Amino acid sequence: MKSYLAKVVVTLKPSILDPQGVAVRTGLLSMGYSDVDSVRLGKFIEVRLKADDEAAARAMVDEISKKLLANLVMERYEFTVAEEVAK
Amino acid sequence: MKIGIVVFPGSNCDRDIERAAEVVGSESGFIWHKDKDVRGYDAIVLPGGFAHGDYLRCGAIARFSPVMDAVSEFAEGGGPVLGICNGFQTLLESGLLPGATLRNTGLRFICRPQKLRIDNVNTPFTHLYKKGEVLDFPIAHAEGNYYADPDTIKLLEDEGRIVFRYAEPDGSLTEASNPNGSMHNIAGITNKTGNVVGLMPHPERVVESILGGTDGLRVFKSVMSWCGKGGVR
Repeated sequence: MKSYLAKVVVTLKPSILDPQGVAVRTGLLSMGYSDVDSVRLGKFIEVRLKADDEAAARAMVDEISKKLLANLVMERYEFTVAEEVAK
Repeated sequence: MKIGIVVFPGSNCDRDIERAAEVVGSESGFIWHKDKDVRGYDAIVLPGGFAHGDYLRCGAIARFSPVMDAVSEFAEGGGPVLGICNGFQTLLESGLLPGATLRNTGLRFICRPQKLRIDNVNTPFTHLYKKGEVLDFPIAHAEGNYYADPDTIKLLEDEGRIVFRYAEPDGSLTEASNPNGSMHNIAGITNKTGNVVGLMPHPERVVESILGGTDGLRVFKSVMSWCGKGGVR
């Protein structure tokens, strides 16, 4: 089995208002960054896992993202997976 | 009559439920979240708090606690299940009720009395109320902003499954009476079969006049009389 590092990003669905993002944008505007059009906050999750190959690792990350890391009622997710080689 | 109170690591309203049961003369017992059996109970309550620290999302990890399979089975068999605040969020995460809760639109944790209108009096937990009655239950949450996709909202409306709504003292629904941005002023809902109810406000905190009110008492009296009329065991 090989070691993989998955980086999962979970964000609210685009159709859902993100009040935290709105508050951060308001802060940026008051700092003078008038070209900032929008800000959305999300979650960044690192998962280290063992799998036979990258396809198996991706399948596992997809499954745990659906089951636990994201709530598909209100969120969506994307991720990258890269093999970790022991130094 | 015995009410089972599920205790997750981080639950903090479990003893309030125990007291509410005592006030209405029901037996109760605590069910540790690692138990896999809820037999011997006539109704199950998922209390408020911060189960598993509310890490990731409110209720997200709690729904995978071993006890939840037994709770689902109990619910599918028609047993009365009530989720309050964090317990409601756990029911949403588990899929026993539809939808999700988002951060309050004002981004603040809100802790205060709140007027509610009761719209469904056909559940085990509300049948002693009058439809349209306005009640005062405390709210205490930061993520109580009820959200569901438009099809689900329509279904809930069409089937009369919205049990509690944030309202003005006269029962009218306004934006000003909605504390957290919930769609359609939704404070609590029920499942298709009407035996699973979840709400953000806390009826167990208003069951004795010394606590500031008794509007929540009939939630517990309702389930007692419901179970008296042939509840499961």
